[in-house]
Amino acid sequence: MAHTEIQNILEIRDLKVIYKTDLEVVEAVNGLDLTIGKGKTLGLVGETGAGKTTTALSILKLLPSITGRILQGEIYFDGEDILKKSEHDMQSVRGNRISMVFQDPMTSLNPVLTVGDQIAEAVQLHNPDMSKEQINERVAATLNMVGIMPSRSGDYPHQFSGGMKQRVVIAMALSCEPELLIADEPTTALDVTIQAQVLTMIRELRDRLGTSMLMITHDLGIVAQTCDDVAVMYSGIIIEAGTAEDIFLGDKHHPYTVGLFNSIPNLDIKSDRLNPITGLMPDPTNLPKGCVFAPRCNHQMEICLEARPGVFEEGTHKIRCYLFSEAAGNSKAGVDLNAE
Amino acid sequence: MLNDNQTVPLLETVELRKLFKLKGGSNLHAVDGINMKIYAGKTLGVVGESGCGKSTLGRTILKLLEPTSGQILFEGNDITKYSVSKMRPVRKDMQIIFQDPYSCIDPRKSVIEIISEYMFIHKLYKSRVETFNKAAGLMDMVGLARRYANSYPHELDGGRRQRIGIARALSLNPKFIVCDEPVSALDVSVQAQNLNLLMDIQDELGLAYMFVTHDLSVVKHISDDIMVMYLGKCVERATSDELFANPQHPYTKALLAAIPKPDIRMRNKEFQLIKGEVSSPVNVKPGCRFASRCDYAVPECSQRDPDFVETSPEHFVACYIVNGR
Repeated sequence: MAHTEIQNILEIRDLKVIYKTDLEVVEAVNGLDLTIGKGKTLGLVGETGAGKTTTALSILKLLPSITGRILQGEIYFDGEDILKKSEHDMQSVRGNRISMVFQDPMTSLNPVLTVGDQIAEAVQLHNPDMSKEQINERVAATLNMVGIMPSRSGDYPHQFSGGMKQRVVIAMALSCEPELLIADEPTTALDVTIQAQVLTMIRELRDRLGTSMLMITHDLGIVAQTCDDVAVMYSGIIIEAGTAEDIFLGDKHHPYTVGLFNSIPNLDIKSDRLNPITGLMPDPTNLPKGCVFAPRCNHQMEICLEARPGVFEEGTHKIRCYLFSEAAGNSKAGVDLNAE
Repeated sequence: MLNDNQTVPLLETVELRKLFKLKGGSNLHAVDGINMKIYAGKTLGVVGESGCGKSTLGRTILKLLEPTSGQILFEGNDITKYSVSKMRPVRKDMQIIFQDPYSCIDPRKSVIEIISEYMFIHKLYKSRVETFNKAAGLMDMVGLARRYANSYPHELDGGRRQRIGIARALSLNPKFIVCDEPVSALDVSVQAQNLNLLMDIQDELGLAYMFVTHDLSVVKHISDDIMVMYLGKCVERATSDELFANPQHPYTKALLAAIPKPDIRMRNKEFQLIKGEVSSPVNVKPGCRFASRCDYAVPECSQRDPDFVETSPEHFVACYIVNGR
């Protein structure tokens, strides 16, 4: 890995994360594989409880220390395994080379510090040699970049509206020019018109700075508009992944992805009823033995209940479902379906 | 007044206003002169961004908030000045489903007790057994398995909790329900299940809904008519199909354009942005509320409130630019 030229800024292999309490063991992430190419944006899609945020926290090694545990797997960031890094080393990575934007801007800002001070704090921490003037310059430049007048750097978070606060948080995340930006539902708390403003800004900044991005969201619309690659997550497993074209235009899909698309009311077509997936996501303390989606799936077969399906690959498009491993087996002899 | 369901709206508001008094004598204009009609068996969708007064409107109609001026007519009767005791029998006919299924339910009551509570208050049935039987029937109707009857709300997920709220609202056989963002807190697949449920119930019982939401795709799906609100004012009203096919008001257009579409072929199209943010609803000046963000604004816009004009049948717009041409 380290010998060849590194093409992927982030590569996660077979990651397994649990939350362990006295009462139960929650299997949050179960063998997750994920790659983000340099300068690319990956959309991680899934419903509440799919393990999206746990994945993000694992990348930063920010899992709650008492309950959260990484059981197995490797996370390569720019060729180095993050899981082998010490806490001290991680501190120079977090906020500097990988930074994160959280969902709720109201709770990720400190209410008793001015926004200028909060951005300066991140800059100073990672650039201890900078003089005060240089730091102030950097703060002003970052605020300018997200479309906030630098003169407002002396204001407190409550003096900003929701959309502006999220801009401040993004400014803070970008202040050290990270190589990877993790955005965890960055616009969920915002109104549509403000969301459009923030998304446009994120898109422009990403293109200008060449930052790679992990965009966590449940909104397929946002994915279609901003992401190069897409991974659909369900019960801690990536059940379908590929380029945005594969997911939005391809003809083969995992039944869950199909259900997800059918659940969104379509603005262009008038339909009387939605066609949602029945049932709920399985209990993460008690996952099914076979395919995690099998209990809700319309195409359920016997084998689905017995063992976890492997990955079916077609170019860049990967689907974890028996429906396709069978079809592929019939049409293309010699494809090693069990290679995983 | 004619006693004909076709011509008398189930619910009508005339110039309904709700102002909140603030410190220092200023007023917050939450709902500022809303005229609307809802017919039996129909759904009126109310859309707008946070702070546009859509939830306040829902609550004022139910008289959970006392209106400042204007009239609310329910089945042709002016209920605006009804006293609390006179309001009580009317409340049976108008119910509300709240946004957050986690905070609108008493956590110390079991599911069946929560659903039966309103029926006990209104003494709808003679015996406890009869009431509980009725509640169990409601659970079937909203698709809650009877085995949850003795569970407590914290044992259920958001989608099921929302169904408790729906069953409770249905328990008094209402004619009209205000649905205040009933699916916003839910995941898409569960959201779709609950939307289907609400539509099935409407078909079965002939209810009228006022569906308050910020999600345009949901509102298009469920509504017959749609009203777009901006800072306490209604800027556009039309049938659902007409509004989406032919939006007229600059704000409605911007709102529709701002939704990210799950279609990759549109990705290189820039979002059509409206500049700035919603201005303050405190002590508003006369004129169109949207004028400061509007690309087409002319001086006239900030001088006088635009009239609500019918541009085509059943399509009303409050805009000088649209109506001037």
